[in-house]
Amino acid sequence: MSQPHRLATGGRIDRSRILLFRFDGRNLQGHPGDTLASALIANGVRLVGRSFKYHRPRGIFTAGPEEPSALVELRSDARREPNVPATVAELFDGLEAASQNRWPSLAWDVGAINARFARFLPAGFYYKTFMWPAAFWERVYEPIIRRAAGLGRAARQRDPDAYEHMHAHCDVLVVGSGAAGLAAARAAGSAGARVILAEQDFELGGGLLSEPAHDDWRKAQLAALREMPEVRILPRTTVLGYYDHNVLGAAERVSDHLPAPPPHGVRQRFWTIRAKQVVLATGAIERLIAFPDNDRPGVMLASAARTYARRFAVAAGRRAVLFTNNDEAYQTAFTLAESGIGIERIVDSRETSAAVEEARRRGFEVLPASEVSGIIGGKSVEAALVRSRHGGAARTVVADLVCVSGGWSPALHLASQTPAKPVWNEKLACFVPGTPVQAERSAGAARGVFGIGEAARDGHEAGRAAAAAAGLEGGATIALPTEVPPAATAIEACWEVKADGEGKSFVDLQHDVTAGDIRLAHREGYSHVEHAKRYTTHGMATDQGKTGGLVGAAVLAAARGEAIERVGVPTFRPYVTPVTIGAIAGRETGRHLKPVRRSPLHAWHVRNGAVLLETGLWLRPLYYPRTGEAGWTPILREARAVRQAVGLCDVSTLGKIDVQGPDAGPFLDRLYTNTFSTLPAGRARYGVMLREDGMVLDDGTTSRLGEQHYLVTTTTAKAAEVLEHMEFHAQTVWPGLDVQLCSVTDQWAQMAVAGPRARQTLQAAVGGRDLSNAALPFMGVAEGVIAGAPVRIFRVSFSGELAYEVATPAGYAEHVWEAILAAGRAFGIVPYGLEAMGLLRIEKGHVAGPEINGQTTARDLGLHRMLKKTGDYIGRVNAGRPGLMDPSRPSLVGIRALTDDFDKRLRGGAHVVSAPEDRHSLGWVTSVTRSVELDRWIGLAMLEGGIDRRGQRLYAVFPLKDEVVEVEITSPHHVDPENARVRA
Amino acid sequence: MHQIDCPWCGVRDEAEFKYRGDATVTRPAAGAGADAFHDYVHTRANPKGWHAEWWHHTGGCRQLVKVLRNTLTHEIRQTARAAEPLAAPSPETTPT
Repeated sequence: MSQPHRLATGGRIDRSRILLFRFDGRNLQGHPGDTLASALIANGVRLVGRSFKYHRPRGIFTAGPEEPSALVELRSDARREPNVPATVAELFDGLEAASQNRWPSLAWDVGAINARFARFLPAGFYYKTFMWPAAFWERVYEPIIRRAAGLGRAARQRDPDAYEHMHAHCDVLVVGSGAAGLAAARAAGSAGARVILAEQDFELGGGLLSEPAHDDWRKAQLAALREMPEVRILPRTTVLGYYDHNVLGAAERVSDHLPAPPPHGVRQRFWTIRAKQVVLATGAIERLIAFPDNDRPGVMLASAARTYARRFAVAAGRRAVLFTNNDEAYQTAFTLAESGIGIERIVDSRETSAAVEEARRRGFEVLPASEVSGIIGGKSVEAALVRSRHGGAARTVVADLVCVSGGWSPALHLASQTPAKPVWNEKLACFVPGTPVQAERSAGAARGVFGIGEAARDGHEAGRAAAAAAGLEGGATIALPTEVPPAATAIEACWEVKADGEGKSFVDLQHDVTAGDIRLAHREGYSHVEHAKRYTTHGMATDQGKTGGLVGAAVLAAARGEAIERVGVPTFRPYVTPVTIGAIAGRETGRHLKPVRRSPLHAWHVRNGAVLLETGLWLRPLYYPRTGEAGWTPILREARAVRQAVGLCDVSTLGKIDVQGPDAGPFLDRLYTNTFSTLPAGRARYGVMLREDGMVLDDGTTSRLGEQHYLVTTTTAKAAEVLEHMEFHAQTVWPGLDVQLCSVTDQWAQMAVAGPRARQTLQAAVGGRDLSNAALPFMGVAEGVIAGAPVRIFRVSFSGELAYEVATPAGYAEHVWEAILAAGRAFGIVPYGLEAMGLLRIEKGHVAGPEINGQTTARDLGLHRMLKKTGDYIGRVNAGRPGLMDPSRPSLVGIRALTDDFDKRLRGGAHVVSAPEDRHSLGWVTSVTRSVELDRWIGLAMLEGGIDRRGQRLYAVFPLKDEVVEVEITSPHHVDPENARVRA
Repeated sequence: MHQIDCPWCGVRDEAEFKYRGDATVTRPAAGAGADAFHDYVHTRANPKGWHAEWWHHTGGCRQLVKVLRNTLTHEIRQTARAAEPLAAPSPETTPT
């Protein structure tokens, strides 16, 4: 018979349609409106998984996201998802699910042997046993533990689905759509508030979904909310983090109820919601009671059994025992009985109560002052052991379902993240949210106001107050559900039933933590609730101990002999329920992780076959290989062209900062170690900038374009940092200086024309302007026109050759670049890339990123002549600290391989030693290249004794690769140390 | 996520800002000596409670904003332009 446990009538399922699904290879049937859990129950499936540590058989324990036991793998291959609670997985046609943590099969599991050895697997077992020997951990213990204990398997393929991020602002965010949430949303909405109503379930209504008597009210509220244009309703959306300043995170499962997302659709959406006011109507979660074997399939929270009967029309069992410490749970007994499920006994831990009398009046057999002391049955409950709390032998009550209610705990996870500290409520035997510290209020069961009518009233008030706090007074008065509350007797805390024998009383079903483990933690000194949590892993599983967290705390309190409010519960942290990494990443994956910056000449580089490299965000041409060229060949060819003829290089990525104002000169004097206020207009000067701690921040040339107008260039890598550094000092340190700053990096393309034929090339390109040495000397700045486009010409050189940098508004970039290439064709011009540029600067001995690494001073880099003697500048005082003035600090030198054998390569990062086997490092190699002028490996290094070692023969060793190269220490300026070429 | 009320732009998300440190330190005069500059760079009170800080609106107007923020609760009580004074940070801290 199909769906043998499906009740004949009732429920919110669509019986007209059959959904086919598979669980562990079995073909089963369910209906739209089912969760995987309710459909499994309908089919009589009780055993759905094995536990984490002991591999004990486990069934379905709850009907919601708090589920600790019924975790399954959903789907297959790239879409396989582990650890999905069957209780929240919405059934769809073709759904494929598999149990976890079992081998070779669910019913016959080899790992269950762990349970026999339980006495050897106590809390803290991993810490104690596997601490020594350390090497064993990685090779022996961890692989075994990983195989034996664990959850499901993640997909090994790339996630094929798309995710996205959404940002929303609202006046009032209502979390939860039960009676309180609906009333709150309605009240706030009718006051004119922009409302977001988020519900984790696929159906709106929360607890109302199990209350057919109130369904008309539920529908009326939803209809009214849907009429309000400013109310947005988000089903399948879990609000899972409450952050500072009323920013909340939520995950919307857009397509998880479908076999796969629709084409171009997203699977999940991560919402960042900025709310003026928040109403937390998250309801309450029923608690377990720790009694021996309380994890057997067939033991279930009472409210879950009721939900399965009422909402899903499935019978979680045929013969039930109810074990409770409160009156509310009697509703479960009454409901199950109405559904045709036999109630064998109601076991109440209290001496008496109003509900006991009521149940007896209705003909139920009630055992007050009693408790369930054990379960008979392994893979399924066969009977419950019931005994009086006053002593005496336990009797066996045959049953296949044991409904447990240890009372209700408000779902205050979000409230406590605000972080309002939960407060103990003795009357309700639970923690309730503390005084709000953010713009939020809890409503209904989420703050201990139980019952449909009471919760709705509370929610209505909260919604109205939230709207008012957001500045929207008034609103309609809505009809609230009427409910005659049954005369209720107070709950009496019942946390644990003491075991007589071997049975395990679990406080955390998912992590297999027992009440005994908590006591062990206390005995061993882990008595703080946070320590006990970590020692036992209680509450650290994916369900975060939602059903047993408080029970564990209570067991700890009893062991400490203290009141539970003094023990407290561990801090709740985001995320309230697990969230996929995909949703957090959103669209920012792969190529979209960060933006790409392209030079205005990018298209030309691509068309001309440049090999591109990402440097920071920039894509830059490394070199332009010709047909058949590989390895160093194109780099050496390009560099040689610059040394012998002329080359053209895109340097648009250099940072450019426009500095203007009457005080621009004095401002730059304070930023740089050298002076710019004395620089004449039309001239450029090399400058060095320190951090206030005395280390070099950046270097570059600065040009004076007018009396009150400078243009600063920075290195590509430091452009953003230098601008921030300048803004900080202009705005906060010297606000009295009249100076304005603006980045113009993207507005100007810049290209270096370098080589002995650079002047001839540029002269041919620039119409009507004399570029002779007299007219535009080294470090001169001029304006001109190239092929009709305005240009600035800076006679600066990074290569060590006669060189110019030509800047033009970005839109003219390619036009000017082509014009220079055309003009240089007669002189043998070639474009050169980043590699040749690096080669040339190392030959010339210019410092760059590898040398200016944040740990070097101007003195270390041989730039001490740049430090002015008078006047203040950033870093001046701290650069004079004795430690930084120590002459033994490594300083910049050049190194050259003695051999011209390029196979004996010099490597950046190599250590410099005085003999190959010497272990004392004298310094390290910062930059290396093959030299076109010296025809061997050369480099720059930071060396103890620095330039005083000129002429010494030392060794560059790279032990990781067994490389030893004999080198000579030289000036950093391998090429043209007299600096004659740049002035040619 | 902090929401910072930029005096130039209005309320903006923390992601648009870059934290720039203690706004109560001032750069010593040029002749103040090594100890003063050492303290300026390295010595911070690191208060638990109210703290005046610089937040640089790098993803917006690029102005440095003075923010009076509680390092314990992350509450922001006041923001001001760089040249404006902030109400003196109160020594009060919120008890844990």
